[in-house]
Amino acid sequence: MTDILEPQTFRVTRADLVRYAGASGDFNPIHWSDRVATGVGLPGVIAHGMFTMALVGRAVTVWAGAADAVIEFGVRFSRPVPVPDTDEGTEVVVSATIKEVTGEGHTRLSLTATCNGDKVLSMAQALVRKR
Amino acid sequence: MPLDQSFVGRSWPPTEPYLVGREKIREFARAIGATDAEYHDPEAARALGYPDVVAPPTFPVAITMSASRQIVADPALGLDYSRVVHGDQRFAYTRPVVAGDALVCVNTVDEITSRGGHDFLTTRTDVTTEAGEPVVTVWSKLVQRGEGH
Repeated sequence: MTDILEPQTFRVTRADLVRYAGASGDFNPIHWSDRVATGVGLPGVIAHGMFTMALVGRAVTVWAGAADAVIEFGVRFSRPVPVPDTDEGTEVVVSATIKEVTGEGHTRLSLTATCNGDKVLSMAQALVRKR
Repeated sequence: MPLDQSFVGRSWPPTEPYLVGREKIREFARAIGATDAEYHDPEAARALGYPDVVAPPTFPVAITMSASRQIVADPALGLDYSRVVHGDQRFAYTRPVVAGDALVCVNTVDEITSRGGHDFLTTRTDVTTEAGEPVVTVWSKLVQRGEGH
């Protein structure tokens, strides 16, 4: 692995949020109803934080090379990901840098996810082992 | 109204085992766009050393979110879910979840704090097999926004 990992871009549409709601069991209406979302002060429907984290998890798994190579994975949700009701939806870009190699030989990744240029996560990290 | 501090350190009895189905893992993997064969094809998963199809890293929330209703739905805690947003999420894995697992959750309240008019609740869910072998520990921090914020 190099110090800076190749960024990965994920397209997110309303259809993705509906599918994720069903698969995860998180039916909070702020993720599918503009009426409810704007009623609680959001700009409109936003992605599930855990959907954004799942996309970051995909990137981490690709970088780590295996699903069982992820030892720790944590994020703070610092900003919502608005998903407009268009065919294009929005894009989340995930990037990572290597923060350290631990005494056990594990690699700590510092993770960044952006939407429209804004960072949507903070303190996002993963600890991975190479197999 | 602030959250009831007496909940800190409290644990709940283990949940009924959650049976992890192959189709549920496939459905979750499709929903997040994870197309690699180990999430869908048992033979491909076995070739990589897993007993069956393997779950993506964030799959455990599909189990723990409903298990943690033991805590968040307790009226004595005082959580107003309409004002709750997801603050932090963290996983520490002993091994990945695989199809065929029967998983038990033990919920604990790790921390309750208040800052700037908002309340913060950190829950920990220890996910194990029925025999008690650790699989993953899941922490969620929920933020209850202050009224008027």
